[in-house]
Parts: sequence; C-alpha cells; structure tokens
Amino acid sequence: MHGYANPARFLKLARPATAWLLGIGALLLLAGIYGGLAVTPPDYLQGETVRILYIHVPAAWLGMAGWASIAAASISQLVWRHPLAAVAGRAVAPAGATFAALCLATGSIWGRPTWGTWWEWDGRLTSMLILLFLYLGYIALASAERERGGEGRMAALFGLVGAVNLPIIHYSVLWWRTLHQGQSISITQGSTIAPELLWPLPLTMVGFTAIFAAAVLMLMRADLARTKLEARLRRSVAE
Amino acid sequence: MNQWTFVTAAYGLAAIATLGLIAWAYLSMRKAEADAEAVKRRP
Repeated sequence: MHGYANPARFLKLARPATAWLLGIGALLLLAGIYGGLAVTPPDYLQGETVRILYIHVPAAWLGMAGWASIAAASISQLVWRHPLAAVAGRAVAPAGATFAALCLATGSIWGRPTWGTWWEWDGRLTSMLILLFLYLGYIALASAERERGGEGRMAALFGLVGAVNLPIIHYSVLWWRTLHQGQSISITQGSTIAPELLWPLPLTMVGFTAIFAAAVLMLMRADLARTKLEARLRRSVAE
Repeated sequence: MNQWTFVTAAYGLAAIATLGLIAWAYLSMRKAEADAEAVKRRP
C-alpha cells in the first residue's frame, strides 16, 4: 500500500483505472438492470416490486462498504500515517452517503406496497439512517479540518468510532425481529432467493461497485489537485 | 397504485443518484485539475 503513497504514482494508476471502472460498471449495470426489469419473472408473493431488489441491495452494500473503507483508511492514517489515507476517506464519504441515502429511499419505496408503510422505526431501517447521519457528520468534520489545514486526525477517529454501527446494521435483523426481513443471502448458507430471480443481482452489485470506485478515484484526483494548487499558491505568496 | 409505479420510482431515483454522483465527481476533478494546471503555467 505504501508503494502508492506517492501521489504521482497513484495518479498514474488512477487515470486509466477511472475510465476502465466506468466502462465496465456501465456495461454490467445495463446488463443487470435489463435482466432485472425485462427477463426475470415477477415474484409469486411480491409481484413486480421484487425488481427493486437489484438496486436496493447494492445500495445497502455500498453504504456499508463505504464506511468500512473509511474505517480502514482511518487506521491507515492513524497507525501508518499513509499520506493518501485522509484523501481516500474524504473521497469515499460523499459516495457512501449517496448510496446509504439511496438504500433508505428505495427501501421506503419498496416498503409501501410490501409492508403498507413508507417508514417504520425498525432496527435495520433505524441503524441505516444512523449510518447516513454518520456520513454527513464525517463529511462536515473532514472538510472543516481540511479548511483549517489539519491532518484529518479527528475525522479519522470519528471514522473508526462510527464503524461500531456496521455490525449493528448487519445483525439488526437477528437482534430485533420487527419488520425488515432476515438475511436472504449468506456466504456460508447460500441464498433463499430463487435462482431465476437472483442472477441479475451479482451484475448490479459489481456494476454499482465499479461505478462507486470510479467516483472515489475522481474525487481523490480532485482533492490531490486542490492540495497541489494550494501549495503552489502558498509558495507564490511566500516568494 | 400499480406496482410498476414503485419500481419506476426506485429505478428513476437510482439513476438520478448514480449519474449525479458521477457527474459531480467528474466536474470537481476537471475543475480542480484545470485550476492546478493554470496556476502551474502562471509565470
């Protein structure tokens, strides 16, 4: 990881990677969405609304994976002082917040015809809403620290403490059995979803993840360019 | 309400959020890199 501590080396990799991720992500998303909307049959119980699965599940995964990345970047910054860790954390936060909000919105739209309500203070829904608020807090803290010229250590600590919410979201459907359904897909136990309904999901999962990664790389490049600009302006004022 | 109304609303929202994120990230990157380049070229 420290091999990419040099921003020039990172940019050399990030420039082509951004285009590749965008292209692959768009292709997989188009294939997955086409499959999910036009090829898979309606569910015997939920009917057509089951198609919301193909965007709701990737949004939930990216909302949580985004914060896990922030926590990993925070450890990297606090322990090894990796120079790109704070940049990565700041770039992941808006993308993660977007997908956490999308997860809540699509879940609410799915909940109305399925549960008969837009919102319920259920364990899974509430812990996901808390994750969105954590993202907003992190974005505010990290940008305030950046403007004051800080290293972003407070934001890194916040990123680490906020990771406590991730197992709460994951196990919420087991701890509080209220409205949200239990786990449908497990690495160890497989899936309870019928295969004819399941196959577009890996396509949209990987597609959204590639798009997410491309957005993060672009935001990291923007952050690095701003740092370079500020350094040059400071140097020209000093001269 | 027709079930497809909910499906369309969810997919429409996903399209707006994803395209909005990509457009915002791209424009931020282009602007920041252009500004840095302009200052670099300044005598």
